[in-house]
Amino acid sequence: MAAAHVALPLPVLPQGWTAEKDFKPLGKISKPIQRSIEPVGPHFLAHARRKRHHRTFSEDERIQAQENVKKVEDDDDAGEISEPEDPVMLQRDAKDWKGQDHYAVLGLSKYRHRATEEQIKRAHRKKVLRHHPDKRAASGGTEDDSFFKCIQKATEILLDPMRRQQFDSVDENADVEPPTKKDAAQKGKFFKLWGPVFESEARFSKIQPVPLLGDDSSTKDHVENFYNFWYNFDSWRSFEYQDEDVPDDNENRDQKRHVERKNNNARKKKKTEDTARLRHLVDDALAGDERIKRFRTEERANKNKKKNEREAAERKAKEDAEAAKLEAARKEKEAEELAKASKVDAKKAKEAAKNAAKKNKRVLKGSVKDVNYFVESGDANANVVDSVLNEVDAVIAKLEPEELADLAAKLNGKKDIAGVKGIWIEEVKRLEGAGKLKTGDMKVLAA
Amino acid sequence: MSAEEDNGVTVTPPERLAIGIAFGNSNSSIAHTGSDGKPVVIANEEGDRQIPSVLSYIEGEEFHGNQAKTQLIRNSKNTVAYFRDYIGKSFDSIDPSASHASAHPQKHDKTVAFSIHDTSSESPNTVTVQEIASRHLKRLISSASDFLGQSVNAVVITVPTNFSEDQKKELEAAARDAKVELLQFIPEPIAAALAYDARPETEVRDKIIVVADLGGTRSDVTVLASRGGMYSILATSHDYEFAGQNLDQVLIDHFAKEFIKKNKSDPRENPRGLAKLKHESEATKKALSLGTNATISIESLSEGIDFSSTVNRIRYETLANKVFGGITRLIEDTVKKAELDLLDVDEVILSGGTSHTPKIASNIATIFSQTTRVLAPSTLATAINPSELTARGAAIQASLVQEFDVDDIVQSAHPMVTVAPHLHNAIGVLLLSGDASRGIFRPVLDPETPVPAKRTVTFATPREGGDVLIKICEGIRDIKVTKPEPKPKTNGATVKDADEDDSDMSDSDEEEEEEDLRERAWKVGTELAEVAIKGVKKGGKVEITLNVNAELGLQVVAREVGSKTGVRGVVEKPEH
Repeated sequence: MAAAHVALPLPVLPQGWTAEKDFKPLGKISKPIQRSIEPVGPHFLAHARRKRHHRTFSEDERIQAQENVKKVEDDDDAGEISEPEDPVMLQRDAKDWKGQDHYAVLGLSKYRHRATEEQIKRAHRKKVLRHHPDKRAASGGTEDDSFFKCIQKATEILLDPMRRQQFDSVDENADVEPPTKKDAAQKGKFFKLWGPVFESEARFSKIQPVPLLGDDSSTKDHVENFYNFWYNFDSWRSFEYQDEDVPDDNENRDQKRHVERKNNNARKKKKTEDTARLRHLVDDALAGDERIKRFRTEERANKNKKKNEREAAERKAKEDAEAAKLEAARKEKEAEELAKASKVDAKKAKEAAKNAAKKNKRVLKGSVKDVNYFVESGDANANVVDSVLNEVDAVIAKLEPEELADLAAKLNGKKDIAGVKGIWIEEVKRLEGAGKLKTGDMKVLAA
Repeated sequence: MSAEEDNGVTVTPPERLAIGIAFGNSNSSIAHTGSDGKPVVIANEEGDRQIPSVLSYIEGEEFHGNQAKTQLIRNSKNTVAYFRDYIGKSFDSIDPSASHASAHPQKHDKTVAFSIHDTSSESPNTVTVQEIASRHLKRLISSASDFLGQSVNAVVITVPTNFSEDQKKELEAAARDAKVELLQFIPEPIAAALAYDARPETEVRDKIIVVADLGGTRSDVTVLASRGGMYSILATSHDYEFAGQNLDQVLIDHFAKEFIKKNKSDPRENPRGLAKLKHESEATKKALSLGTNATISIESLSEGIDFSSTVNRIRYETLANKVFGGITRLIEDTVKKAELDLLDVDEVILSGGTSHTPKIASNIATIFSQTTRVLAPSTLATAINPSELTARGAAIQASLVQEFDVDDIVQSAHPMVTVAPHLHNAIGVLLLSGDASRGIFRPVLDPETPVPAKRTVTFATPREGGDVLIKICEGIRDIKVTKPEPKPKTNGATVKDADEDDSDMSDSDEEEEEEDLRERAWKVGTELAEVAIKGVKKGGKVEITLNVNAELGLQVVAREVGSKTGVRGVVEKPEH
């Protein structure tokens, strides 16, 4: 075969792709199907030549090879169409074809509207093989071909999609009776009783697939969807099959029209009745459906729960707000009190400090007095006292309360001149060092 | 020939003159492939290329073909028709409905026979169906021999796909009785496909073919996979309810009603009237396939009254709509049976006489996609006459195998040769992106390809060249359904401005296109291998050859077109 060309480009090699010899095997080919190639045509002969290589094949190999081949040719006899034939049915007159059950005639009564066209054709063929008048004659029977005609009629109707639909519309054998009031009242049998009813009614729906009844564990959505669907059911069911025969056109035209009109009206009436019937049926089912009740109570519970939750949340929010408010008030109060207290404390401390400072000052002044104003002997004259006290005052003025206290502590109890003077000189030096006193200001205390 | 046989030498292949026979239930055809390789359908002495499979006897004289068919009116009891399907079957398993208006089949030992006056004696003889088939073949072969000027001594016969081994055996015996060597039986749909594919202008392509063989008494639909010129049958169905005779019946009923209206008597009630009506209705049906009007005129149809009428094609198509619909459904069902979608079908071959009907072809064309080719005379000018398809196919096969020993042919048709694993999924390459979710899959080997198989495809590369990735994976066919988006109204308005006529057309199209859009797409399955081709030139192409061997090992050869070196790799065979 000539190589084909594809215009769409191959993808770009991703970054970092590596493989030995640029080839990376990833998977295996899926399981093949064994099929038979038809031994026809020049290409096959070439294939055969390649495959045979002058080998001969035995019968065993033939059988083995054939066993694996997928079957494409189906058996004529697929067991499904062998139903026992009712002897009463065999006596039927073909003229009464409207009354016959076409599916039963063909042996398809368990399939009914579900039977495929192929099944119908096969069933027909099978019945023909058995009931053809020639066969009857051969087996010594009468040449009565009425049942054969029934078969032909059944096939004719079932193989025409329109007529089959008309028959299916009125096929009572495929109907499942809805449960009686008494049955329906039994607990726990709801799905068993109603399931098949809806399954059988579903065949009339123009929209397929049809939502089915489901079971006890179906979701609310499913159940709602189900009832919505069935209340808006779009049915193809029609009642032409039950029409009265319209007389041939060469008879009275008025009569013909009359019958046609009558048929039309009857169809319409039946259709309305059918719609009403289905509605009634769904109503009944809905009334008996435990799930709806359960969903209601659940919903109510849910609603209450929600309400309670909401109320609780509201209450909680309210309480929280109040608590917060109280807390804030309390905090404010505390802060106020604290401020007040600290104010008093400060005052007290101030006073205490004042007292202490007074006391210390007294100690300082006392200390020079105690040592007789640094006069070694005799009373100090007034000038000396004055100058010493002035200098002491000057130092005190420069001192912070703490320093004052320190100095007072150092001086407390000292009675000797040298000791007291030493402390004073030290203090003055310190203050001079700190730049608080000018060197030379002090005369007595500096020496 | 006889001289050589006297010398103890069997017939050597070069002296064979083989023809193809399409042995139908209603009609048979004979064809021969000449020295130019073109199959020619041979006309019999009367000039018929479709020779009715009917034999009739009047006082020991045998009539065949159309002459015999006309005897169905006067001499139905001694006329054997529609007997092909009875060959090799027991009386219990045949459907005798078709022979209602001819000699009735009867039980005879394990087979079927007819009780007919085939000699001038008074008492009827019981003639088995095998004998009838043999006589029929004899007549066909003598016609072919007369035409070719040489005696025909070998045949290839077409049979339906559901022809059992027993039936083949009995037909082979019938051929032996007719003094011809049976080279091979080939299925009718394959013969039809071969007739098209063997035309010199046809190139071998992998395709899915639906062969609808619409005959007189049955319709057979076959779905084939044609892979590298070899055919594998994927599904078949056989139908006896929607065929040519049902179309005849439609016309019979129509004309009968017309006759009753005028004459108050039903021509269908007496066998001769019915036979006459049937014969002429068939002719009318054929005329309606060619023209739009046809006339029918029958002398003394019923109670000595002549009948003459015309019918137009539209009337006929309305009446026969049910049968047409049945045929279309049959084709749809068979495609479904093959687990395929209508979109998968590449070609529809209409074979058999009923395929001449234009409405059937146009109905079929509407269910398939636009790209599907429907090979029927009314849809394609180059189509081969559908009545001749199977005979031509048989003649081509006959010319192919006539050089072979019969033993050789039998060995070649041995299941050890014919049974081969067929790929379940397509094998191909991802395009545009190496990522399975974004890349576009392009099959190299289609599903249902028998292995060993080898295909080569060249691929374009990105515009700027460079390194490319070849990701080989399996593809699963998928049908993508998209709802058509309602077209914006402004679109229509602009079109209207541009061209008045075109806009009218597009409007009507839009109204029709309310159905979902269905597309064929590929889903990426198992990833099989990755190959890198480095340094591809700007605008270069890459050639990929995939070779699957009989054990399903995959060999990959990829190279840039024009370069000498490439990458080779092997994916080992799976263990199942």
